[in-house]
Amino acid sequence: MKAGVKAGLRWYVGAGLLLALAIWRRARVAETVSGSDVAGWIALATLVVGVTAFTAVGVRAQRGPSSAIGHSWWEIGLRQFRLHKSAVLGVQILLLLSLATLLTPLLSPFDPNAIDPAASRLLTPSWGHPMGTDHLGRDVLSRVLYGGRISLSIGFLSILIAVTLGVVVGAVAGYLGGWIDGVLMRIVDLFLSFPRLILLVTIVAVFPPSVFLIVAILGLTGWMGVARLVRGQVLSLREREYIQAARALGFRGRRILARHILPNVLTPVIVAATLGIGNAILAEAALSFLGLGVAPPTASWGSVINDGKRFMLDGWWITSFPGLAIVLTVVSFNLVGDGLRDALDPRHSE
Amino acid sequence: MTLIFVILHLAPGDPTSTFFNPRIPPEVLEQMRKNMGLDQPIHVQYFQWLRTSLSGDFGYSFSESRPVTAVVADHLPNTLLLGGVSLVLIFVVGCFVGAVQAVKQYSRVDSVLTFLALLIYSVPGFWLGLMLVLLVSSGALGWLNLPVSGMRDVSHEFMSPLGRVADIARHLVLPTIALGLASAAGVARYMRGEMLEVIGQDYIRTARAKGLRESTVMRRHALRNALLPVISLLGLYLPLLIGGTVVIEVVFAWPGMGRLLYDGILARDYPLVTAASFLFAAIVLAGNLLSDLLYAAVDPRIRLDARE
Repeated sequence: MKAGVKAGLRWYVGAGLLLALAIWRRARVAETVSGSDVAGWIALATLVVGVTAFTAVGVRAQRGPSSAIGHSWWEIGLRQFRLHKSAVLGVQILLLLSLATLLTPLLSPFDPNAIDPAASRLLTPSWGHPMGTDHLGRDVLSRVLYGGRISLSIGFLSILIAVTLGVVVGAVAGYLGGWIDGVLMRIVDLFLSFPRLILLVTIVAVFPPSVFLIVAILGLTGWMGVARLVRGQVLSLREREYIQAARALGFRGRRILARHILPNVLTPVIVAATLGIGNAILAEAALSFLGLGVAPPTASWGSVINDGKRFMLDGWWITSFPGLAIVLTVVSFNLVGDGLRDALDPRHSE
Repeated sequence: MTLIFVILHLAPGDPTSTFFNPRIPPEVLEQMRKNMGLDQPIHVQYFQWLRTSLSGDFGYSFSESRPVTAVVADHLPNTLLLGGVSLVLIFVVGCFVGAVQAVKQYSRVDSVLTFLALLIYSVPGFWLGLMLVLLVSSGALGWLNLPVSGMRDVSHEFMSPLGRVADIARHLVLPTIALGLASAAGVARYMRGEMLEVIGQDYIRTARAKGLRESTVMRRHALRNALLPVISLLGLYLPLLIGGTVVIEVVFAWPGMGRLLYDGILARDYPLVTAASFLFAAIVLAGNLLSDLLYAAVDPRIRLDARE
């Protein structure tokens, strides 16, 4: 029972910290309530949901596991996943990062785009500016926080597009087979053999830069791996007895695909998506670093590094901190991806 | 290839806008457009371009004011040098580290290296490059004093032939590390898995049962077989490497194709951009072909004519 209390404690501390943040930033909370800033409202909603969820999870953790033995595939997977200490650490970091992203308007000490070259140009990190300021006097911590919002959103949205496209193409190619399969797979080969970054740079350079464009093209150039994966799985599942049974029952192809085949393909797709987000974030950072990504003054991790590039010797902090943020995020995604693969893939379980 | 052409011509703005100057009368601008063939309908431009580039003529670079072929000829060897050295580094370091990890599975060395590999694998190359520049210029590596930009020293022309090679090699060190380290970590991760799989095979037990020394078993029996599938990684990492050259060459001011592409894009120099992208694609395709052939040559179980 004592261990149960301890297990709950962690979550209560989380809820308490969120409450403390709300009280500490009460001026800004009041400001948001009277205003109509969407990001601010999201932050408030996150506060409320976060406190409730943390408390609820804490209470549950205190009560201990609900049943001694879990039998469902998800429960087994979850138990396997929990054994992976590094993967759990990854989840925790990602949880913190997502919270920070959602709470950005409350967390960030300054306006990320407020310029003050006269008073606060290239200040070294201090209590007032924990990550220093850049050449225009903008607070780097605020820019990293706001940049994280852009970078993570781009990562999530683009992988959503990529996975959807990949699953559809892979499922169609694998299920229908024949010349459709041939054509689709040649297209996959074509895209795979072309260096992604070169394609991205070329496309981005000729269109007016915007966040939507980046999301779209990252999505449209990241689906091939998933498509190949899904096709392979569908090819092998297609010949199973239960699919033949479904066909004998007279179900249409679309229903068989959606209800009987795709749910069984989900595992490797989730793993691929988790690992893919890391890659998408890296690609966005590279583009923004080249000045071809998110348009200034909007901050993304890559563009902050790009800003700091010219002032490397006078201000190492401008390039270092956003880079560390990228590394931390991508490492977490890779840890979680590895953990998921080991946990969900029955071949890997000991 | 057609893809590149379509993308480039969908874009608003044309190269003459880079020369835009209020003092140039519109008639002259119009004449310039005509001289460059930009007044033709798009399909005429396309077929003209396809015909000429297939015969090896990539046109005339607007921004450099000389034939694209000449510009590319200046830059291609530099990129091949950088990419080639990086590729060797990636596979030699990656395979070595991965093999060491597998042999010492679950030891402290293994877990430290596994963590390091994951960490390095997640580091963006350009940032690693910047941090290396920072490290070198901070003087922490004072005795090394590696150059952080360009390919040749200002006094390159006055050096002896051997000195010139050494000079370029010194300039190569940092870009190669920044370009290759992440991929090397990826190869190491893969190699560890492959090697572990091979070590679990029956023929390794047989080799051990014969009384061979452990080092011989590992080197002659395990390593050789584990190296086979790694060759197929070449096709996977080559596009990554080529894409990386753009960013790395910009960071280190390396006079290669990646920087050329970047500068060409900023200058809206279509012929240059198409030629550069085309060449990159060609390099990757050649690499893929090479890796397939290599795989077939090394692995007697695969015969090229028996495929599909």
